[in-house]
Amino acid sequence: MAIPSALITLLIGIALTLAGLWVGHNVRLLPIDASANAPVYDALFEVLFTIGTILFLGIVGLLVYSLVRFRRRSGDSGDGLAIEGNLPLEIVWTAIPAVVVLFVGIYSYDIYERMGGMASFHDHGAHDHAAMAAMVQEASVASAASTDPDGQERIWGGIGQSASGAAVLPVEVTAMQFAFIFHYPDSGITAGELHVPLGQSVQLRMEAKDVIHAFWVPQFRLKQDVIPGQPTLLTFTPTRAGTYPIVCAELCGPYHGGMRSSVVVHEPDGFDAWLQSNRPAQVAQAPAAPFS
Amino acid sequence: MTVANPAELEQGLQPQGWLKYFSFSLDHKVIGIQYLVCGFLFYFIGGALAGVIRTELASPLSDFVSRDTYNEVLTLHGTIMIFLWIVPVVNGAFGNYLIPFYVGARDMAFPRLNAVAFWLIPPAGILLISSYFLAGAASQSGWTAYPPLSLTTPAAGQIVWILSVLLLGGSSIFGGINFIATVLKLRRPGLKMMQLPMFCWAMLGTSILVVLSTPVLAGTLILLSFDIIAHTGFFNPALGGNVVVYQHLFWFYSHPAVYIMVLPAFGLVSEILPVHARKPLFGYTTMVYSIMAIVVLGLIVWAHHMFTSGTPPWMRLFFTIATSFIAVPTGIKFFNWLATLWGGKIALNSAVLFSCAFIFNFVFGGITGVALAQVPFDIHVHDTYFVVAHFHYIVYGGSVFVIFASLYHWYPKFTGRLLNEDLGRAHFLLTFIGFNLCFAPQHWLGLNGMPRRVAEYDPAFTTWNQVSSVGALLMAISTLPLVINVVLTALAGPVAGDNPWRALTPEWLTTSPPPVENWAGEAPLVTEPYGYGEHPGAMDLSGLSGRDLWSTGKS
Repeated sequence: MAIPSALITLLIGIALTLAGLWVGHNVRLLPIDASANAPVYDALFEVLFTIGTILFLGIVGLLVYSLVRFRRRSGDSGDGLAIEGNLPLEIVWTAIPAVVVLFVGIYSYDIYERMGGMASFHDHGAHDHAAMAAMVQEASVASAASTDPDGQERIWGGIGQSASGAAVLPVEVTAMQFAFIFHYPDSGITAGELHVPLGQSVQLRMEAKDVIHAFWVPQFRLKQDVIPGQPTLLTFTPTRAGTYPIVCAELCGPYHGGMRSSVVVHEPDGFDAWLQSNRPAQVAQAPAAPFS
Repeated sequence: MTVANPAELEQGLQPQGWLKYFSFSLDHKVIGIQYLVCGFLFYFIGGALAGVIRTELASPLSDFVSRDTYNEVLTLHGTIMIFLWIVPVVNGAFGNYLIPFYVGARDMAFPRLNAVAFWLIPPAGILLISSYFLAGAASQSGWTAYPPLSLTTPAAGQIVWILSVLLLGGSSIFGGINFIATVLKLRRPGLKMMQLPMFCWAMLGTSILVVLSTPVLAGTLILLSFDIIAHTGFFNPALGGNVVVYQHLFWFYSHPAVYIMVLPAFGLVSEILPVHARKPLFGYTTMVYSIMAIVVLGLIVWAHHMFTSGTPPWMRLFFTIATSFIAVPTGIKFFNWLATLWGGKIALNSAVLFSCAFIFNFVFGGITGVALAQVPFDIHVHDTYFVVAHFHYIVYGGSVFVIFASLYHWYPKFTGRLLNEDLGRAHFLLTFIGFNLCFAPQHWLGLNGMPRRVAEYDPAFTTWNQVSSVGALLMAISTLPLVINVVLTALAGPVAGDNPWRALTPEWLTTSPPPVENWAGEAPLVTEPYGYGEHPGAMDLSGLSGRDLWSTGKS
C-alpha cells in the first residue's frame, strides 16, 4: 500500500508547477498594455508571478502541513526527534534559490536590454540613435564627472526603447508643483496634456523646476524620476490608441496626489488634426489649477 | 538609580516597585521593559496615524484632513514606526532583556551607556510629535526627507525631525556598541561563540550594521540641516548641489535599517520555534553563516531604492543581482525553520501561531522583494502602493508579528504570569486577517496605477482602498484583546512558574521574574541551548550532542 515518498514529492512538485503556470498565465493583475515596452514587461511579470506562486504555495503548504501533522496531541509532553541538521538538505535548499535567483537575474537583464535600459545612456542631447549607441562607451566614461569635459550640458538617460529608423517625435516636458507641461519644439505647441501619434517613437526630454517629480504612465509600464538639475530622456512607442493617465509618483508636496494628467494616443491622422487645431502657437493651456 | 538589592533577590513573584521603570535604572531587564512599554506606546500613536491615512483613503477625494496635514501624518507614521517602535523594540527591548542571559552575564557590558541609550528615546519621540503642535508644522517630506522637497517645506518641522532622528540614531549606535561588546567580551567562561543561542548572532549582525551605517545617516542629516539653516548647497541643485547624492547616503543607512528591523526578529523566531516544537534548531551553523551573509549583502544593495533616479545602467544591474542574492541566505533561514517544525510536537499556542504567520507573511514579502529587485519590474511599480504593500509585509508581517510572538513567549518571564490563550488567539486571528486584508489589495492598486503618499486617487481604485481600510480597522480592533490580555494577566493571571515552556535557554533557568543580577547563584553554563528531542533508541547519544551539528538525518 505504501507509496514511496519520492513519488509523492515528485507528484506534489508537478502539481505545484502546473498550478504556478496556470496562475501566472491566467490571473491578470496588470492594466492594459499600450506601449512597445509593455508586452516585454508583462512577459517578465508572468515569469516572476509563476515562480513566486510555486514557491509561495510550496512553502505555505509545507508550513500548514507541518502544523497539522506534527501538532502536539493533548496529554503528550514528549519531545520531537533530535535532528539537528542535514548537510545534503542544506546544500539543496541553498542551491535551488541560488539557481532560481540567477535565472531570474539573467532573464530580467535580457528584458532590461530589450526595453532599452542598457543602451539608453544618451549624451549631448543627440537624437540619432545609431550615433548614440556608439556613444555609450564615451558616456559611461564621462559619467564620472558631473559635466562633460567640453562643458556641454549633461543629459541623463532613462529607460526606454524606440522603433529603430522611425522618426522620433521630440517633446519637452517640464515638471513643476503641481503639473506637467508639454512643449512640442517642432510645432511650437505647449499643452497640459501629452498628445502622441500611434506607433511613432516619442522622446521626452524632461526637466523639473522645483522638487523631484516622477513621470509614470502605468499602461506604458514606464516611470522616470524628473530630478532638478538632471535633464533626463525617456523614449517610448505607443501601440494602442486611447487616453491613459500620467501620474506623478514621487512625493512633491501637498498636492502630489492631484498632480495627474493624461496622455492621448491618437491614430496618425487624428494626431495631425490635433497639431493643426493647436498650431497657432497658443500660450499654454496653463494647468494653473490642475487639482480638483 | 536601582542597584543590586539583596532583598530583591528573594522576591520571586512579588510585585516589584513600579517606580524603577521610570528611573535611570542600570538593570538590563528594567531597561528592556522600558524599551518595550515605551515602544508599544509609540506603536499606538503610529497606529492612530495609520488610521488617519486609511480613513483619508477610504474615499478618492482629499476630504478628511488637509493636504499638508496628510503629508505630516504619513511622515510621522513612517518615522515613529521605524525609529520609535520596531528598531527600539526588536533591538532595545528584547536585545537588552535577553542578551545578558544568553551570554551568561549579570548585565550588559556598559550599563550606564545602556540607560542613556534608552533615555534618549522618550525625549526624541516627544520632540518629534510635538513638532506637529509647537513648531507650526511637522515635517512633510516623508520619512525619506528627499531634498529639494525637504528644503522647501516648512523649515522648523524639518529641523525638529532631523534632531529627533539624530537622537534616535545616537541611541541606536550606543545600543549597537553595547551589544557587540556584550556578546564578544562578556560571555561566561567556557561558553563558545558557536554555542550561543541564535538571537546572540542575530544581535551581533544587527549591531554591526547599526554601527557601520547609522553614522552615515547622521552625517547626511547634518548636511541636510546645514542646507536648511545655513543655506549651504550640498543637496540643493539651485546652488550646485546634487539630490541623488542624498539618496545614496540616505539609503546606505536606510536599506540596512530593514535588516536592523528583521534580523533580530529572525533571531527571536529561532528561539521560539525549537521550544514549542520540542526539537533542536535545525542547521545551527548555516543559520549563523546566513546571518553574516545577510549583513554583508545588506550593505551593498542600497541603490535598488533608486532605480528610477537616473543611476547608470551598470549600477542598476549590480544592485539587481546583489539584491536578488539576499534571497539565498534568507531562504536558508526559512527552510531551516520549516525543518525545525518538521517531525516536532508543536504546541499551537499564540507564540507559535504568530511565528508561523511571520513565516507566511515574510515569504510573501520576500517573493515580491525579489521581483522588486529586478530593474524592469521595479521601473513600473517603484513609489507605488505595490512597494507600500511589500515593505509592510516585511516590517509588519515580519518584525511586528515576531514582536507579538515574543510577547506571548517571554511575558511569563517578564512578569511570572501566563497570558490568556483564548485572548491571544483572538488577537492572532484579528491581526492576521486584518493585516492581509489591509495590505494584500495594495499590490493590485500599485500595479494598476496608484502611487504612494497620495491623499487623493483615481476613483477606479475606490473599492480596493475601502477593503484595505476595513483591514486597517480590524488591525486597530486587534489591539484590544492584546491590551486587555496584558493588563488583566498582570493583575490576576495564572502563575507561570519559572519555566512554563520547559525551555533550555539560560533565561528560563532562574526565577520569573528574574532577580536583579539574573541568577541567585552562579550563571549556568548552557552549551546546548537547543538540546530538545528524543533520541531514537539505539543510537549513540554522544553523536547527537549540540557540538556535532551534522547528523545524517536518519531517523
